[in-house]
Amino acid sequence: MEIRLRDPKFLMKLSKLGSFHQSKLSFLRSFLSEFKDWKYSRDLFQLNDKGHGRAVYSFTKDKKTYSLICFANEIKDDERSDRVIATKWDAAFTLFDGIPSKEDIDRLNNNVPKQEVGRLSYKELTLSRANKSVRVFDHVVDSLSNGEQPNKEILSKVGYLYRTTAVYGSGKFGLADRFRIKNREEIRGPFRLEMMLVYLVRQFTFDQVNHIAKNKNPKLAVELDPAISRNLGIGNSTGLGMAPFIVNHPTLLNNWIHARETALKQIREIERVSKNEIDIFYNCLIKSLKNITSWNTDSEFQKEKIKNLIEDLKKFIKFMKEDFKFENSYQFNQIYNWSDENLNDECIEYIVSMMMEPYDDIVNPLITQMSSDEEQYFNIPVDRTIEDLRNILENRYSEILKIDFLKDENNQNFWFISKNKEEPRIGDRYIDEGSDLEQPLAIARDINKLYEAVFTKKNSSKIGKFLKDNNHLRHVVRRAFIAEKFPYSEIQDNTIGSKLVPIDMLRLKLSFFGAIKFDPRSDKWLRICMFQGAPLPSELGNFDDKWIYKS
Amino acid sequence: MRSFSEIEVTTKKASKAIGFSWGISEEVGKNIRLLEMFGLPGLKNLNQYYKIYKISNFENIDEISTSNTPRTFYCPILSGINFFDQSSSISKFNEIEINKIAFPLIFLSFVSRTSEIIGKRIFLKMDDKEFLFNFNESIYSNYLTGDVLEKSDKINLKFLDNKNSFTEDDWSEIYNLSLKTYVDESDKSRERTAGAGLTDND
Repeated sequence: MEIRLRDPKFLMKLSKLGSFHQSKLSFLRSFLSEFKDWKYSRDLFQLNDKGHGRAVYSFTKDKKTYSLICFANEIKDDERSDRVIATKWDAAFTLFDGIPSKEDIDRLNNNVPKQEVGRLSYKELTLSRANKSVRVFDHVVDSLSNGEQPNKEILSKVGYLYRTTAVYGSGKFGLADRFRIKNREEIRGPFRLEMMLVYLVRQFTFDQVNHIAKNKNPKLAVELDPAISRNLGIGNSTGLGMAPFIVNHPTLLNNWIHARETALKQIREIERVSKNEIDIFYNCLIKSLKNITSWNTDSEFQKEKIKNLIEDLKKFIKFMKEDFKFENSYQFNQIYNWSDENLNDECIEYIVSMMMEPYDDIVNPLITQMSSDEEQYFNIPVDRTIEDLRNILENRYSEILKIDFLKDENNQNFWFISKNKEEPRIGDRYIDEGSDLEQPLAIARDINKLYEAVFTKKNSSKIGKFLKDNNHLRHVVRRAFIAEKFPYSEIQDNTIGSKLVPIDMLRLKLSFFGAIKFDPRSDKWLRICMFQGAPLPSELGNFDDKWIYKS
Repeated sequence: MRSFSEIEVTTKKASKAIGFSWGISEEVGKNIRLLEMFGLPGLKNLNQYYKIYKISNFENIDEISTSNTPRTFYCPILSGINFFDQSSSISKFNEIEINKIAFPLIFLSFVSRTSEIIGKRIFLKMDDKEFLFNFNESIYSNYLTGDVLEKSDKINLKFLDNKNSFTEDDWSEIYNLSLKTYVDESDKSRERTAGAGLTDND
């Protein structure tokens, strides 16, 4: 039986994409699998009794080394902010390509804590900063220094000691350009080095808290229980900066979604699923319920989604117990079809993620296909015809062409870059200043303009000729020819409409990172947790790859 | 040092700010990155060009022909875009002459990308400077000073046929040398060592 890939016209709607969850394909999980046989070490740890100073951690294999350099600084409570307007952080980090010399560390000490206004070099791969979750951090220090383990309930409400507010890579602020490293075997999956940075930062937070507690009360202090450490991740506050990324990298977006959809298709096509495979799926699902019931948020939007997810999962468990027919063939297709007919998007996508758990053989080859050499698809094929372009627009953008951009509400928002922080923002076109400096992220609107422009042109006319008079539409002509080859490269929705929920765009990306416990703080930014439940670096040689369901 | 990624993103935004469409600005960002990667001073030339762009009246080459002459000076970006967009028709010309173009180095980046698209090397002579564009993989040139080139009075472009740079004699000599890595064969040894047998008539 051949199952078709899910139709991008419906899958690529923002409400659907905003319902995606982590899976075996997620970057933080694939990072751990890739680096499990690398040698981990803490190479430098020079902190004062308050935990301020420098530290270096590394992964090494076959003469190749990646080093995380940490700078922990003293900041006042009123200087600590998760907002992008912050200029000081509790700690700042960079991932160095190789083993840093003392001169490198001194140079970076003058730049890394400054973040966006510092300068990095081609030797550095990623850059980040993080703030303490002060309430939790202080509680852990106090407990450990008194010889006690911290209160698990307090920890579980937050889930981490530190929260990063940005992780930069790919040439930003002078960091190494991607072309310098893209052919390295170990970083074939997307965002591998960003994941490495976050993972090693997590270990730094444990070492720092132990160090401070020990210095506070050398005689009585105990170390944080590894089981408790394992259950802590790294938080992340994410704003609109992530949203343009998925619009600006269409082939990459396609490759992420295509990998997920290919996995789903291949799993649905399995005629005889073994009892063991169904058990793995079902056990992961049951264990994961703890992640959902411990999912704290103040957001009414997310609370409603969690409530629906829990209700749907109850329905699904009932189906599995009472109506699922294991003896029938194509069991996962049966499960998918039932879910599609009876559950909401949030739960359908949750189950899709779980369905991958038994299938290393299907998922692992797809992980290596999730990067993209975007340069290859930049050139517009100027020799193609207007008829070709019109066909692409009608086939690939049919949902988008239904949007009526004569209505004000469909033009409500505009994306712009703030001059102060050079960060993306979204404004109301009819209230806020700056729509004349709109960023090219209104793809649906511009595709409609393009369709209108090609409508009156001769079928046989060449694209090169069309562009001579229509260069204002060049950016969407390029996209259309990319969408022809990459069906999942476009969001099939209006990114400037009044009903836009920007965090749907963030959540899509974060789900591929492997984030859990999405906690929207507004419709424009959210907090998440990464690596909660993950093995500690010293345990990487032998760990259960389903750790995410044990947190 | 600025990364190539920073160069691309920033020149793209600067091009939009100066008045080009987003689509053209994307092309400019890509091209300036390309020039800088090839070691040519793309950003410096672009910066100087944008300083005078709004106060000068640069022209566009609408339809590229074998000989192109403006009243004032050609804009290297719009002319470059058209050169690239018309690549399939203009590659049929053997030679193209472009007179009076401002900041020609910026134009060259479009020529380099055109070389890749049409699958031919392009030889370009600009006043006393020579450039050989190799399928956008490299640019061979006698221009090494890194100066800003404000204008060129005359550019001659030649689309080179795809042919080897060596003679058949050169090839034979090299080929014969390569044969020395092979093992001589007899009928008997062939019978033993050829996997597919000696005939396939049976």
